[in-house]
Amino acid sequence: MEITINPAGEQAAVVQLRGRLDLLVASEVKQRLAKAVQEGFRLLVIDMSDVSFVDSSGLGALIGGLKAARMAGGDLRLASVGAQAMAMLELTTLNRVLRPYPNVAEALQAG
Amino acid sequence: MRVVSTAPTRQRLIDWGQEEWAAFRRGLIKILVVTNLVLGAYYLLWRGTASLNWDAWLFALALFAAELYSYISSFLFGVTVFRLRERGEPPPAPAGLRVDVYITCYNEPVELVRKTVRAAVAIRYPHQTYLLDDGDNPAMRAMACEEGCGYITRSAVWKGFDRHAKAGNLMNALEQTTGDFILILDADQVPLPQILDRTLGYFNDPRVAFVQTPQYFINVPPGDPFGSQAPLFYGPIQQGKDGWNAAFFCGSNAVLRREALARTGIHFFVRDVERRIRRALREADTVIRRAQRKLMRTERQQIAPALRALCRAVSDARRELDRGDTFQEVTERFQRRVEEAARMVVAADLQQIMSDLAEIQAAEAAEIMRSLHDEAVLAELARRDRSPLAAIETVRQLVPLLVNEAMDYLPISTISVTEDMSTSMRLHATGWRSVYHDEILAHGLAPEDLRSALQQRLRWAQGTIQVFLRENPLLLPGLSIGQRIAYLDTMWSYFSGVPTVIYLIAPVLFLMFGLLPVNALSAEFFWRLTPYLLVNQLLFAVISWGRPTWRGQQYSLALFPLWIKAVVTAAANVWFGKKLGFIVTPKTRQAGRYLGLVRWQLLMMVLLTVAIGVGLSQLALGWRSDGMPVLVNVFWAVYDLIMLSVVIDAALYQPPEEQ
Repeated sequence: MEITINPAGEQAAVVQLRGRLDLLVASEVKQRLAKAVQEGFRLLVIDMSDVSFVDSSGLGALIGGLKAARMAGGDLRLASVGAQAMAMLELTTLNRVLRPYPNVAEALQAG
Repeated sequence: MRVVSTAPTRQRLIDWGQEEWAAFRRGLIKILVVTNLVLGAYYLLWRGTASLNWDAWLFALALFAAELYSYISSFLFGVTVFRLRERGEPPPAPAGLRVDVYITCYNEPVELVRKTVRAAVAIRYPHQTYLLDDGDNPAMRAMACEEGCGYITRSAVWKGFDRHAKAGNLMNALEQTTGDFILILDADQVPLPQILDRTLGYFNDPRVAFVQTPQYFINVPPGDPFGSQAPLFYGPIQQGKDGWNAAFFCGSNAVLRREALARTGIHFFVRDVERRIRRALREADTVIRRAQRKLMRTERQQIAPALRALCRAVSDARRELDRGDTFQEVTERFQRRVEEAARMVVAADLQQIMSDLAEIQAAEAAEIMRSLHDEAVLAELARRDRSPLAAIETVRQLVPLLVNEAMDYLPISTISVTEDMSTSMRLHATGWRSVYHDEILAHGLAPEDLRSALQQRLRWAQGTIQVFLRENPLLLPGLSIGQRIAYLDTMWSYFSGVPTVIYLIAPVLFLMFGLLPVNALSAEFFWRLTPYLLVNQLLFAVISWGRPTWRGQQYSLALFPLWIKAVVTAAANVWFGKKLGFIVTPKTRQAGRYLGLVRWQLLMMVLLTVAIGVGLSQLALGWRSDGMPVLVNVFWAVYDLIMLSVVIDAALYQPPEEQ
């Protein structure tokens, strides 16, 4: 899994994930997200377009990031979610908490 | 091995193989369950309509209620064992699974844990072993290192947060390891080398979340004075629950699928967020209505419209939730509407809002959080006097406060001190399957003194009642009827304390004071009751089928004070946020001290003995002529004495001197 964090505006960052978001990387992803929030990025947009597979532990890492962001008064949003990831979001009903946005630009602008 | 233990030793009167005998037994159980329920109904209908002695109405109704309780118990038990499932040989374990073995410990002696660690490392199927030391003990770390076992303690993120005992210990390890399957062992459960080979095969079915195997203790002295073995539970009861896809996860000697834990954790996280939003809305409703009632004439013009707007915001949000909108949409819109409502109040009042606000924030934020787990706090908060302006501000803060704090996903349930039962119920409620594999694959150590044994029993009972009150199996969405009954069966059995007291006191009241709860011990009474009791015992015998269950029966009756204490303390914990109690006694092993632990049972035994003496001597002296009822009650009292005597034996038990 490759994690790239690109600033997008003063307090926002786009997190580009590449590869499998599963239990093997969950704890690293969670830590990187928490660190990004600590560095001052209150709005994290996760670009999921290059994520090939997501499992529940991977989703758990995103929830960890969401918690960090919300505690800092910000938010975490998903963008460009693929079919398998979307199915996982629906299966776990997590889509009611993490609404997927069609693309990064919309996720950055919303709300 | 217990899987093949039933038939071969029996004399062959009929030329049946093991399979046929097992099938015969399962059929017989079904017949007896139904017969028992019919006979019980036949007896109780008559008891309720024709036999109550209204001259002693309180006593009569109490006994009748206790009998109803028992009937419901036997109904739940009957349903539980109705589809008894004996799985026999497990499917072979597929190669190449990624498996972790967790050994949980807290403050056990290092050398005791070493035995478990060594055996765990030696498990045949390829795996990683980790010692999860919640005591953070350097000696434990050194031992793990010597034995070639991974060592995990709490990471820094737990500092300052609720540690959630064993559940927290497990979740901390889940974050730091990467196995797809996890075998969980208590520090004193020494695994056999084949434990994974015998259980992993079940996971070929991708819907299976966990496989539980028995907990069996090897240090139990002859006669099992503390009733440590649970041959009925780790046997017919779990097999019965398994038949309904409701086998319980019991915290140790079980293999779990990580994906199932994670997915269920997320599912319940989402449920929890929704619950919190609804709770915030409910609280907002109460606050607004109260403010409306308190409006003074001078304020009415400015503030009433704002309060009406708030009311609308609450009902809109509720409708959107029902419609299935995402929580973010719902809460954002709600916040926007509340802001608008707040702006309706003229700027002149801002000053007052600010001063009211200061008083709300600090003190109430904490209380509102607590109200999530505590109905009483919520009621208190809603009752509190606030100025209407402060009410608006409270509503504005409610949702962010409640929802942001909720952002935590927990793969292991933390609503109860028995996280295992709660977690397995949640797994079942999310559609996962479970397996009970009835083969001893670990050798455990049971508590060796009465105090520890009672403490353990109290914890189980308290935890079970916590789950009953917080996530009732009858209400939890997603469970099948059979699963609801399988969970309720176990929970219901922990409410037996008060009915037992009634049963114990009944012969005393009759023999000493002549109080009879039935209007006559007529022939009809006996021919309605006797078949019911006989079939009940027969059913129990067939279900037990060669397993020693007498000790367990004695304890379930004799521990009535403990069951009552468990229910009271667990209810006080769930409803009023009180701490769960402990058994308080000195830890030194001195026989005399332990009699204090069983004082209620002793008192009851004295009463029963005196009552027997009084009844029999009055009969012998010719002071009373009701010979038959006296004999029946004496018989009943003697039975009670035999049941109760188990705790006296246990309190006085002296372990043989170690050689």
